Amino acid sequence: MNFPGLPLLLQSIVSGILMGGVYSLVAIGLTLIFGVMQIINFAHGSLMMLGMFTTYWLYVLMGVDPYLSLLFSIPICFVLGLLIERFLITPVLDAPAHNQLLLTLGLSLFIENLALFLWSPNFRTLDIPYLQTAVTVGTVMISFPKLVAFFFALLLTAFLYYFLKNTDLGKAIRAASMEREGALTVGINLRWVYCLAFGIGTACVGAAGTLSAPFFYVNPSVGGIFVITAYVVVVFGGMGNFIGALVGGLIIGVAESVGAAFFPGQLKKFIIYFIFILILLFKPEGIFGRRSE
Amino acid sequence: MSNIHQKTWNILLIVVLGGLILGLPLFLGKYYLHFFIMIFFFAFLGSAWNILGGYAGQFSFGHAAFFGTGVFTSTLLQIHAGVNPWIGMLLAGIAGMGLGLFIGFLSFRYGLRGPYFALAMLALAEMLKLIAIEWMTSRYPLGITIPLRGDSLLYFQFRDKVPYYYISFLMMAGALFLTRFIEVRKIGSYFKAIRENESAAEALGINVFRYKLIAMAISAFLTAVGGTFYSQYYLNIEEESAFGAGISIEILMGPIIGGAGTVFGPLLGAGILEFLSETTRNFLGGYSGVHLMIYGAVLVFVIIFLPHGIMGGLQETFRKITKGQTKT
Amino acid sequence: MIILEVKEITKRFGGLVALKDLSFKLRQGEILGIIGPNGAGKTTLFNVITSFHRPETGKIFFKGEDITELRPYQICRKGLARTFQITQPFANLTVLENVKIGAYNHIPSSREATDEALRILEAVGLIEKRNERATSLSIGHRKKLELAKAMATRPEVILLDEVVAGLNSREANDMIAYIHHIQKQGITILLIEHVMKAIMSLSNRIVVIHYGQKISEGKPEEVSKDPKVIEAYLGEEYILAKHQRS
Ligand SMILES: Nc1ncnc2c1ncn2[C@@H]1O[C@H](COP(=O)(O)OP(=O)(O)OP(=O)(O)O)[C@@H](O)[C@H]1O
Ligand SMILES: [Mg+2]
Repeated sequence: MNFPGLPLLLQSIVSGILMGGVYSLVAIGLTLIFGVMQIINFAHGSLMMLGMFTTYWLYVLMGVDPYLSLLFSIPICFVLGLLIERFLITPVLDAPAHNQLLLTLGLSLFIENLALFLWSPNFRTLDIPYLQTAVTVGTVMISFPKLVAFFFALLLTAFLYYFLKNTDLGKAIRAASMEREGALTVGINLRWVYCLAFGIGTACVGAAGTLSAPFFYVNPSVGGIFVITAYVVVVFGGMGNFIGALVGGLIIGVAESVGAAFFPGQLKKFIIYFIFILILLFKPEGIFGRRSE
Repeated sequence: MSNIHQKTWNILLIVVLGGLILGLPLFLGKYYLHFFIMIFFFAFLGSAWNILGGYAGQFSFGHAAFFGTGVFTSTLLQIHAGVNPWIGMLLAGIAGMGLGLFIGFLSFRYGLRGPYFALAMLALAEMLKLIAIEWMTSRYPLGITIPLRGDSLLYFQFRDKVPYYYISFLMMAGALFLTRFIEVRKIGSYFKAIRENESAAEALGINVFRYKLIAMAISAFLTAVGGTFYSQYYLNIEEESAFGAGISIEILMGPIIGGAGTVFGPLLGAGILEFLSETTRNFLGGYSGVHLMIYGAVLVFVIIFLPHGIMGGLQETFRKITKGQTKT
Repeated sequence: MIILEVKEITKRFGGLVALKDLSFKLRQGEILGIIGPNGAGKTTLFNVITSFHRPETGKIFFKGEDITELRPYQICRKGLARTFQITQPFANLTVLENVKIGAYNHIPSSREATDEALRILEAVGLIEKRNERATSLSIGHRKKLELAKAMATRPEVILLDEVVAGLNSREANDMIAYIHHIQKQGITILLIEHVMKAIMSLSNRIVVIHYGQKISEGKPEEVSKDPKVIEAYLGEEYILAKHQRS
């Protein structure tokens, strides 16, 4: 274990918060899908990767600014999510949970290896000068693209929150997530709600992909890196808990980043898995949840 | 057909099939031998998974944890303590079983079920992989190579693939036999009861916790034994092929596709997957991910259209046909 | 002789008191009926007796032994079996396998367990269905299967949670006859039932529960005249309506 100095610690905390925003966005997509459909989406990371590649190719082939490509990656992922839900998830809605998990595992194997086949495993980065800039506050250096990602992530989260709270459609989704039978009696068309929830969840992760592409590398297996953390965030915040995912994302982001300052190398990831197992075992309802009998 | 008649037929069938399989290496080249070894090997691992996942209903997404434990236990014992690999295989099994009992105790005591258990197992395997990476980078950056000793049954090393063919076949046959042995006995019924309905099982006097642990112990033991076979077959080991998520997935794919909770499901599944992967390799050799892409598609297809695997689908069709006959 | 004693049991679910200070005794060989309006706490009582739920206070004694802290499977091993109101079959297994699993409670060998299971299936009238999967059964057959599984464990006391409700009148009569048959084998029965005809004709005594509390206890004819019971059921019409519905 290393003991970092104060500047490094401050730097880690700030970076952690910024990364946490992206984790939150990934986790919110995951938790929304889980909350509404009780499905753990194993393919979430692959879909994020597709969001990243959308941004990458739009820039490389057509020179579209990476942030502008949100206008493409969000709808593309949304529609993709709708289609996946409609044609692959709907048939297994009543299947045992492990079969649903296996289905999304198969989907992720398919998407990732298709990407590998099409685009090779090479690590790609967006070489745009303005993405390399950073803002310095005191001793803390804030990378510009991370800052943008953070604010966009918060903005999208706030927008989604408003949508779920204040629109009829959003209310329908929340009702479905709270009680399946209740939603049925209110006369909500559940099939449509499921489709929509999966679409929105996928759009979230697609947006997270786009926002991460400017400061990360892009390759077919990149999604897994974010999503593993997002799983931890989701169980940490409580499966299906929207606010839990948001706050959890920030906390885990900071914990991971500060942890990295203390524990170099692989140990950082080790600790994330360890926390994951501990929460599953001892607090499966999440840190903010109450145990229901 | 009389009972005795049936028995003669069964014995004849076994003799013919057995003879065919034992005689096969005489006609097969290296390439096909490897193909069959992989089928037997994954059928063996799939059967090990099947006892826990298919029969007792505890889906593990992290059997690489046990497999890798087996890979490393026998190899390290062999290299650092000069332990014979056959004995290493037994010790590997015991180490795997110990790990299985440990994680099983925690998971089942705290009521981890369904997808949560699956994910916890996945995390466990990843943790072990990270430990292995951390440990290996400074000591064995190029992986561990088992010193060559030429052809030696005693040292579980052969230049030719034929002995591996027979060993993997025996291992698989043993696992299938064990599965059948369990299936028709009380223990097998108890596993299935737990899979179908835990509360009902408990209400009928089944110590659910204990039987889950038993299933875990058997499954982990066999999987780790498979790890030793792997080490001795390739004579070179590294973290990813021991503890990687890819191994966990490959272990469970066979039984899922062939039919979890059936004796021959893992063999059928392994056969189909190896066939698919070889065919794609032949047609699209240069691209590494293609066979996994096809695995993914097959998995999606099977889960949607054959949720109980191919064997399950066949049984269902058979049931329908016989039912139709009794009605008419 | 008292075979089962429920002593001052209180069970809460969050703020809801599902059972409050409930006590009664079950005598060996009798059929004790438990009645009460929907949500009275009858099923919760069974769950507490069989340890599926832990009570906040109180104890359960089986043949004089405190079994409150035991796990559900241990209670079954002691000779106290139950059925579930919402039937809990092993869905993908055949009817025969379902019952065999119960029989393994006291028989280790597969062949003898099969024989035992077949005997019981014959007795409950499910023998023709033995090779069908449990999911494919009608509700009436599911109830019979539920009972057959519990009987296969060879209990001394059996807890039956609404095994007559939901059956058509012929099936109901068969079931009532079978429950009498169980009693004749010397098995003590605790019976939850809404179907008044069944409960009145079967029970030796009746305990009435309302909002988790015992409000009456006694012979069927006494209990049915108890004003507190009539009030709990909002008058005789309710009982009649309920009877006709089920
Ligand atoms: N697991 C649980 N968690 C929370 N509340 C519960 C639980 N089980 C039962 N309850 C509540 O306890 C009360 C008693 O329920 P119980 O099922 O015991 O009633 P019952 O008498 O069996 O009713 P019915 O005649 O409808 O079967 C009800 O208000 C019910 O909602
Ligand atoms: Mg009830």
